[in-house]
Amino acid sequence: MSIWEYANPKKFMETSAIALPWAAAATAACLVAGLVWGFFFTPDDYKQGSTVKIIYLHVPAALMAINAWLMMLAASLIWLVRRHHVSALAAKAAGPVGLTFTLIALVTGAVWGQPMWGTWWAWDPRLTSFLILALFYLGYIALWQAVENPDTAADLTSVLCIVGSVFAVLSRYAVNFWNQGLHQGATLSLDKEENISDVFYFPLLLCIGGFVLMFLTLVLLRTRTEIRVRRVQALLARERMA
Amino acid sequence: MIALLIRDLRLALRAGGGFGLGLAFFLLVAVLVPLGVGPESATLAKIAPGILWVGALLACLLSLDRIFALDYEDGSLDLLATAPIPLEGVVAVKAAAHWIVTGLPLTLISPLLALLLNLPPAGYGWLLASLALGTPALSVIGTFGAALTVGLKRGGLLLSLLVLPLYVPTLVFGAEAVRRGAEGMSVATPLLLLAGITAGVAALLPFASAAAVRINLR
Repeated sequence: MSIWEYANPKKFMETSAIALPWAAAATAACLVAGLVWGFFFTPDDYKQGSTVKIIYLHVPAALMAINAWLMMLAASLIWLVRRHHVSALAAKAAGPVGLTFTLIALVTGAVWGQPMWGTWWAWDPRLTSFLILALFYLGYIALWQAVENPDTAADLTSVLCIVGSVFAVLSRYAVNFWNQGLHQGATLSLDKEENISDVFYFPLLLCIGGFVLMFLTLVLLRTRTEIRVRRVQALLARERMA
Repeated sequence: MIALLIRDLRLALRAGGGFGLGLAFFLLVAVLVPLGVGPESATLAKIAPGILWVGALLACLLSLDRIFALDYEDGSLDLLATAPIPLEGVVAVKAAAHWIVTGLPLTLISPLLALLLNLPPAGYGWLLASLALGTPALSVIGTFGAALTVGLKRGGLLLSLLVLPLYVPTLVFGAEAVRRGAEGMSVATPLLLLAGITAGVAALLPFASAAAVRINLR
């Protein structure tokens, strides 16, 4: 039993067909529980009022926006090294999902920033680096669309993903230079006793779990679609040959 | 490799068109911005470093698709790929040629345009230094973008989209160096980081570009 078994599209399709409904159900359970708990059963913050509840969408989306790129990086590396098509297709499938998470983080951030900072947008290092991340996602998706040969597209986007990762980190430190952050630093970390007050923390954890599961579900679903597209193309090609 | 460099330079100069365009564009930006913003010298002095860097960056972007396109169309890129020098070397030479015909003239003409934009006198030296250090990075990164899109029919828009986020660190540090220089502050940190980026991309990105060219020629 190893992870490489799933490089076989047939095996992947069989397993993901079983896993998909469970993942979808778990996503729904986590998100409904987390969001309802967060929105209706937590007290208002003493300073921020009820706007603090945006945290249940903003933080998980931002977390997953970055992690989606990391997942794409891992999948791209696996494709470049071991040439497993499922891996390349999973990276392709994750692109639009990651872009959506980035946009959710940006939009909820703007909605939160308006009452708190008095502005929808500021050229704050964190905000700027997320905008750049969105551009990276756009470029990645556009390159997949533009190249016709699927193997060439997979190779080129993998190279772009690797180079892009380095530059995303570089940009992050470059914009730090301006030193005019409105956005607070990292609040959540694993090694602290209490990150934020427990009443907010537990529903937030539930929402983060929900977003992770949602990412998993969407990527599985989209990868399955991509595999089916490949199969249809192969069938069409065979018919043309005959 | 030197023969290849000379060939590329000769082609760029004699085929004309594409590379003069960058300079003309840079000039246009420097003339149009004061017309649009208004002639107050204090405002212009404040935005001059940013405008000059953005102008140089966009001017650089204009000629990127020509790095590989012509060679790809007439098949000489295939010959270069099978030549005894490694493709990484070819790519590096292409980037160097692009820099000599765009980055270098942009750098040399920049003090003249800085005059139009009323850059404070203390900034001139740092403008030259930062452009001289930073534009090679623009050429090398642009070569990577051009290598990714070389096989595409209309890669121009995609090329700009791919390259734009990659240009961010260079632009931030370059403009920051000039701004600090113009205000009489210490420029060492942004200038060193700029030089670091240039050295880093010049050393590493040709490998990625060569890989992309190989994939496209397959």
